[in-house]
Amino acid sequence: MPTATDTIENLVKQEYKYGFYTDVETESAPPGLSEDIIRLISTKKQEPGWLTDWRLKAYRHWLTMTEPAWQKVHHGQINYQDITYYSAPKQKSGGPKGLDEVDPKLLETYEKLGIPLKERERLAGVAVDAVFDSVSVGTTFQKQLAEKGIIFCSMSEAVQKHPDLVKKYLGMVVPYTDNFFAALNSAVFTDGSFCYIPRGVRCPMELSTYFRINAAKSGQFERTLIIADDGAQVSYLEGCTAPMRDENQLHAAVVELIALDNAQIKYSTVQNWYPGDEQGRGGIYNFVTKRGLCKGRNSKICWTQVETGSAITWKYPSCVLLGDNSKGEFYSVAVVNNFQQADTGTKMTHIGRNTRSTIVSKGISAGRGQNSYRGLVKIQKSAANARNFSQCDSMLIGDKCGAHTFPYIEVKNTSSSVEHEATTSKIGEDQIFYCNQRGLSTQDAVNMIVNGFCKEVFKELPMEFAVEAQKLLGVSLEGSVG
Amino acid sequence: MSKPILEIKNLSAGVEDKQILKGVSLTVGAGEVHAVMGPNGSGKSTLAAVLAGRAGYDVTGGEVHYNGHDLLDLAPEERAREGLFLAFQYPVEIPGVNSTYFLKAALNEIRKAQGQPELDAMEFLQLVRDKIKLLDLNEDLLKRSVNEGFSGGEKKRAEIFQMAVLEPKLAILDETDSGLDIDALKVVSSGVNKLKRADNAQLVITHYQRLLNYIIPDFVHVLVDGRIVRTGGKELALELEEKGYDWILKAEAVAA
Ligand SMILES: Nc1ncnc2c1ncn2[C@@H]1O[C@H](COP(=O)(O)OP(=O)(O)OP(=O)(O)O)[C@@H](O)[C@H]1O
Ligand SMILES: [Mg+2]
Repeated sequence: MPTATDTIENLVKQEYKYGFYTDVETESAPPGLSEDIIRLISTKKQEPGWLTDWRLKAYRHWLTMTEPAWQKVHHGQINYQDITYYSAPKQKSGGPKGLDEVDPKLLETYEKLGIPLKERERLAGVAVDAVFDSVSVGTTFQKQLAEKGIIFCSMSEAVQKHPDLVKKYLGMVVPYTDNFFAALNSAVFTDGSFCYIPRGVRCPMELSTYFRINAAKSGQFERTLIIADDGAQVSYLEGCTAPMRDENQLHAAVVELIALDNAQIKYSTVQNWYPGDEQGRGGIYNFVTKRGLCKGRNSKICWTQVETGSAITWKYPSCVLLGDNSKGEFYSVAVVNNFQQADTGTKMTHIGRNTRSTIVSKGISAGRGQNSYRGLVKIQKSAANARNFSQCDSMLIGDKCGAHTFPYIEVKNTSSSVEHEATTSKIGEDQIFYCNQRGLSTQDAVNMIVNGFCKEVFKELPMEFAVEAQKLLGVSLEGSVG
Repeated sequence: MSKPILEIKNLSAGVEDKQILKGVSLTVGAGEVHAVMGPNGSGKSTLAAVLAGRAGYDVTGGEVHYNGHDLLDLAPEERAREGLFLAFQYPVEIPGVNSTYFLKAALNEIRKAQGQPELDAMEFLQLVRDKIKLLDLNEDLLKRSVNEGFSGGEKKRAEIFQMAVLEPKLAILDETDSGLDIDALKVVSSGVNKLKRADNAQLVITHYQRLLNYIIPDFVHVLVDGRIVRTGGKELALELEEKGYDWILKAEAVAA
C-alpha cells in the first residue's frame, strides 16, 4: 500500500525554474580587488571625482575590517580576489538610447523570467528597472513617471543626471563604515536603482527592480537609494534570480530609504536567488544591508520580505525612527530547505518621540535548513512613549532542520513599551492527514498550512506579488515532507 | 441486500508491536446506518483511522473492499476522493487557512477526481448557504480559520457541515456526539439523517445509546478488545445501556 511518504517521494522534485544562463558577449574586469579595479569601475561609469574618492575611502576602510562572525551561518572562506567585480553585457558605443535598442537576448531573458520590458507587453501598473549583472539594461515607464516629477532610473544614470541628489543622500543611512559588506559594496557597487518622489506626490504605480546575476564568478553589488520627499508615497518591489552553478556567488547589496515629513515608503522583496542544489552545492551568498531612515515627522517605512532563495541569507532590513511619531514595520517570511541557511531579522532604533515599530517574522525550516531570527529593538532616551510589538513564529517541517530566535531589547526610556511574542511549531502529521482525508494531496496540504502560517505577512504584499510569493513558497518546499 | 459499499474481512491492525484490531469483519450495504459501540480503548478510533488510511498503523491481516476498490491500496486522499469521509473525534486546527477556502479546495479535488466540473466561487457559496440551513451553523465560523478556536461542540458541528458539503458515499462519524449539548445533538443528528440516501451509508461510532435515539441504526456492533463480539439491531444498544459491557463479555465467556 502506498503510504503518504511514498507518494511524497514520488513527487517530482521541481527544479529551480530560473537557473538558465544567457549567452551574451560581456565586458568584464579581471577578477580581483584593488584600487585600480575601483578606478576602472568608476571610469567605465564616467563618474565624478567625488564618487571615485568615496569609493576609494570605502575600500581603504574595508581593508581594515574583518568579516562578521556573529551570525549563525557556516560557509567556506570567501576569496575576494577570485571575484569579478565588473561584468556587463557589451554595448554598441554610447549604449542603447532606449529600451528598443537593448540587445534582444537580454529582453528575451527578462521575458523568460516573467518580466516583459517591451512597450507592448509591459506589466500594467508596474515600472521596472532591469539590472543584469553589473548594469541596468533599461527602465520602463520613465516618461510617464517624469510627468509627475518622479525620478526612477538606474543608479549610474542618476549619478550623471542628478548628481546633487545622489551626493546628498548616498551613504546617509548606511555609511561605508557601517559593516564589512556595506564597505565592500560602497567600494565596488556597479548599479542599482535610484528613485526620488517629489514633495506631495503619491507615486501612481509600483516601482520595481529586477536583479539578475548571469555571469559566472561575478559578484553583484548593487546600490539602491529611494527618497520620498515631504508627504510623498511610494511602493517599491525587488525581485531577483540567478543561474544554477556549482560554485557560490556573492551578492552584497546596500539599500537606503529616506522618508521625510509625512512620507511613506513601502519596500517589498521577493528574494529568489539560486539556493544551491539538494546536496548544498552552489547557491548565492546574499549578504545585504538594508536600512530606512524615518527622517521626518509622521513618516513611515514598511519592509516586507519573502526570502525563499540563496544558499545563505544575511540581512536585517532596519528602520531608524528619528522623526517624532514615525513608524517602522517589518514583515518577513524566510524559508530554508535542503542545506540553506538564513540569519535574518531587523533592527528598530527608536529616537523620536511617540515612535512605533511592528515586527512580524515567520521562519519556515525544512530539509536540513537552518533559520535564525535576529532582531534588535533599541529605544533611546529621547524616545518618549515609544512602542514596539514583535512576533516571531517558527515552523519546522521534518526533524533535521532548525529554528533559532535571538531577540535583543535595549530600553533607555521608561515611558516606552516593548512586547515580544514567539512560538515554534512543527507542521503536524495530524494537520496533513486531516487535509488528505478531505481529498487534498500532501503537497497541497503543506502549501496550504504554510501559507496559512504566513498569512499576516502576505497580506502586506502588493496583490500580484502576494500570489507570486505563495507560488514560490510552494516550489521551495516541494518534496519537503516525508 | 444490494451490493455492499464497505466490506471488512478479518481485519487485523496495530501500531509497532501492539495489536489493536484482532480480526474485525463488518459489511455495510447501501442505504444502511451501522453503529459501532464499545468500551474506551477497544479500537473504535483505530478502525476509523485504518479505514481512512492514517499513517502509523500496520495492517497485519485481512482485507477491505470499498466501492469496488481494494481500500487498503489507496492513499488517504484517494479514499477521500472516492467518497470516504471521516468526521474526526478530535478535529485539528489549521491556523491561517480560511474554512471556506479549505472546504472549496476539498470539494473541487473530489469533484475533479469524479470527473465533475469544479465549482466557481459563486456556485460554491450558493451550496454553502443551502447546507448551512441544514445544520443551523453559525455562519461566522466559516469566515474563521479551519477549526481554530472553535469550541468542542462547534468543531463537531463543523465536521458534519463539511460532510454535508462533500456528500460522501461512506461517512464514518467518530464520537460526533461527545461534547455536544442536547440541543446541538438534535440538530446534528437531524442533519446526519437528512444526508442519508439510498446510495450512501453511515458508520457511527459512539459510546452512548443517547445518540442512537436520533440516528436510528440498522445494525449495532459491539467492539471489545479489537473484536466485534456481538451484532444486533437497534435494541442491542438499549440493552447495552442497561446492562453495560460486562454483560456482553460474560455472555461471550459462557458461549465460548
Ligand atoms: N498511535 C498509537 N500508538 C500507540 N497506541 C495506540 C495508538 N493508537 C491507538 N492506540 C491504542 O490502541 C487502543 C485502542 O485505541 P482507540 O483510540 O482505537 O480506542 P477507542 O475505542 O476509540 O477508545 P475511546 O472510546 O476512548 O475513543 C488504545 O489502548 C490506544 O491507547
Ligand atoms: Mg475513539
